Amino acid sequence: MNTDISQQLQQQVVDAFEQASPLCIVGGNSKSFYGRTVSTQTLNIESHRGVLNYEPTELVITVRAGTRLIEIETLLAEHGQMLAFEPPAFSPAATIGGTIACNLSGPRRAYTGAARDYLLGCKIINGKGEILSFGGEVMKNVAGYDVSRLMAGAMGTLGVLLEVSLKVLPRPEKESTQFFQCSTEQALEKIHALSQTPLPLSASCFNDGQLQIRLSGTTKAVNAAIETIGGDTLNNANDYWLAVKEQTLDFFNTEKSLWRISIASDTKSLPLQGEYLYEWGGALRWLKSNETAELIQNTVAAVDGHACLFRHNHHGLFQPLTPGLMRIHKNLKQAFDPANILNPGKLYPEL
Amino acid sequence: MHNCETIESSINKTELIDALQAIVDNDSVLFETEDLTPYECDGLSAYHALPLVVVLPETIEQVQSILSLCHQHKVPVVARGAGTGLSGGALPHEQGVLLSLAKFKNIIHIDPRRRIAKVQPGVRNLAISQAVDQYGLYYAPDPSSQIACTIGGNVAENSGGVHCLKYGLTVHNIQQLKIITIEGELLTIGGSGLDSSGYDLLALMTGSEGMLGVIVEVTVKLLPKPDRAQVLLAAFNDVVKAGEAVGNIIAAGIIPAGLEMMDKLAIKAAEDFVHAGYPLDAEAILLCELDGTNEEVSEHVLQVRDVLKRSGATEVRTARDEAERLIFWKGRKAAFPAVGRISPDYYCMDGTIPRKQLPRVLKTMADLSEHYNLPVANVFHAGDGNLHPLILYDANVPGELERTEEFGGKILELCVEVGGTITGEHGVGMEKINQMCVQFNSPELSQFHAVKAAFDAQGLLNPGKAVPTLHRCAEFGAMHVHKGKLAFPELERF
Ligand SMILES: Cc1cc2nc3c(=O)[nH]c(=O)nc-3n(C[C@H](O)[C@H](O)[C@H](O)COP(=O)(O)OP(=O)(O)OC[C@H]3O[C@@H](n4cnc5c(N)ncnc54)[C@H](O)[C@@H]3O)c2cc1C
Repeated sequence: MNTDISQQLQQQVVDAFEQASPLCIVGGNSKSFYGRTVSTQTLNIESHRGVLNYEPTELVITVRAGTRLIEIETLLAEHGQMLAFEPPAFSPAATIGGTIACNLSGPRRAYTGAARDYLLGCKIINGKGEILSFGGEVMKNVAGYDVSRLMAGAMGTLGVLLEVSLKVLPRPEKESTQFFQCSTEQALEKIHALSQTPLPLSASCFNDGQLQIRLSGTTKAVNAAIETIGGDTLNNANDYWLAVKEQTLDFFNTEKSLWRISIASDTKSLPLQGEYLYEWGGALRWLKSNETAELIQNTVAAVDGHACLFRHNHHGLFQPLTPGLMRIHKNLKQAFDPANILNPGKLYPEL
Repeated sequence: MHNCETIESSINKTELIDALQAIVDNDSVLFETEDLTPYECDGLSAYHALPLVVVLPETIEQVQSILSLCHQHKVPVVARGAGTGLSGGALPHEQGVLLSLAKFKNIIHIDPRRRIAKVQPGVRNLAISQAVDQYGLYYAPDPSSQIACTIGGNVAENSGGVHCLKYGLTVHNIQQLKIITIEGELLTIGGSGLDSSGYDLLALMTGSEGMLGVIVEVTVKLLPKPDRAQVLLAAFNDVVKAGEAVGNIIAAGIIPAGLEMMDKLAIKAAEDFVHAGYPLDAEAILLCELDGTNEEVSEHVLQVRDVLKRSGATEVRTARDEAERLIFWKGRKAAFPAVGRISPDYYCMDGTIPRKQLPRVLKTMADLSEHYNLPVANVFHAGDGNLHPLILYDANVPGELERTEEFGGKILELCVEVGGTITGEHGVGMEKINQMCVQFNSPELSQFHAVKAAFDAQGLLNPGKAVPTLHRCAEFGAMHVHKGKLAFPELERF
């Protein structure tokens, strides 16, 4: 599937700008729960799709924002490559535009980087309806401010993503997952000890008394690493990591609020009631809890972390910003979207 | 010729000196010509100017006071690390304060468990790796200037190094920044975790060339030192074949830790300088470093040898030991000074291109070299397409610098034409300001100005650098027709 509707999208944004009437940008609608609710007219980018350039030996792919994540991952796999940030899809309809706008990354993130780390360039429509290109298709580019990465995680509040160029990596020759029964403290201890060595770690997850560690690399390297770290080999490991990434593990099936806590990896257990699942060597903690947002965010802020209400009755809530940072955020919003029409309030009420 | 913009300050030099001396001790404010001269340029010495004053604060509070003073009186501020920049980024403003971060050289805290180090901006890049070596860790980005350049400068330029194909640039290796805004406000960007809420200001600050704020603290990520690193040296009788070999290595599913290319002239210069044992009859050499666990490196060395041979290498050597590995690298890392020995002056360019365009770019550069009658030595971060053509010239020959700059400009425009960029890692600074007009069109440049204004509405931080005014582009564009269209048709021509 290959269609270019950039003219149409641009016209819609121009009209919205002139009438100061807000737009809610929608891709595959797979992550509508994430962030705050924007109930206005939608700008649908899903049919702006297609792979524009893919050069396996240049390690770059450029796609229209409405292209489905699954389509991109399939194409890359055909060439022995992958999106190294292992993005969660949450639905087969997920688009690359939504993936980048949310900057969500999967289990490999702690070891190979986040979505934003692989973003080389993008084409956007800003809030005035101008089509602009930043970055490019090359690995290194410091001409002008890094507006591309600024788009990652901006949740569409600064621009409508039209095209993105991403760095891709070869798939590892072999992956294997070892597991260990242990306490939370032991799990954190173990993962920190291993992380200080050059072992080929590519994911870690602790939940319900069991630590899973994935190793990726050449066959010999993975086999040697298995010897070193010990433990038992997990069967169906691919399914397991898929369930962690897509949040289909039992843990994620909950009526409680699901919090996503980004924190220093070796932070001791937090004094917050609820159940935890640890990823990223301890640097990402999922918390199911009925505690108040205020308590959770204050507790996490006290250790210089960020807590975000990830899923709860279809709306999310991000860690409040300090007044100084909020001032810069508002100025930036004004710089890209002076009429405040792009996903207003999706990230913070003020933006 | 390289003038900055004029700014009307509401304070004169004497008053400014007095006010600064009330913030820092008298010895930390320099204003006599002989004291200012060491600060007149960065690594691009063709561009120079004296600032009104140089100030060397040593606390965050002092930086806050200095910036708020300058903000209040509309005084331009140029931040400076070690001054090794190659694009005139730290070139002083004649009516402004040059803010040196040289006294901020403490490593505040090393946390081996979290694998981070909190450092002041004036800490040298290499000093970080040296300080954390005892924990088996290192800081990955390694610009060739790493013995001298500061981490603050690295963040401001988003510096790379020979290992960035595998380990990324500065932007991939930092976790938190403390910056001071032009109003004097201290902001903490990023958190203790891997990502944080709100816009990615960490990325926006990285590579912002001192235009958005002054960096006063950097938390860098550290990596465990690999078990083993091995380097292969391959010789080719054709530069294009060497370029193809790079693609073939990557097609084999291997991401080398470093993948560098040098052409004949660069090989000769480096060999004469450091005696690395480089093959002098080769048209190009590739240096390919593989690192990781013992097993992985052993497997990859065999695979890469094979790929190199199949790609037409006339010779492939594997460093016999660590000493030889370091010697192989020494030639590459000393390539700039080595070229400096064979020519009175050289001018280092920094474009990046899609690798497959290498044959076309090399061919055009050779033609241009002939046209301008100036030799070029090529040093190339081949893995990520970042070219460093070094144009050899003699500044004492009238007109040669101008010819060199014109030639350099043509190379950058060529990089844009083939789908690349005018700067991969050295920044725009003052030097590539005109070529920004070639790479971006006016709505994009306006967007950059709007980003700048979000941090610094009066334009006091590093004025005139990094992003050209539309007027400047109109003047420059009058000579350049971009993609068949006149740039900025909406602006008046002069
Ligand atoms: C021989 C040689 C080899 C080099 N090799 C490489 C290389 O391999 N890779 C590479 O990327 N670069 C390389 N460089 C370029 C240069 O070393 C880098 O750009 C380096 O990061 C500059 O650091 P610095 O401390 O010298 O900064 P400076 O030159 O002092 O400043 C550079 C820019 O950063 C700003 N700045 C400095 N400190 C701060 C601060 N604290 N807050 C805000 N802004 C600040 C300045 O205003 C200026 O715009 C090389 C340079 C030389 C001379």
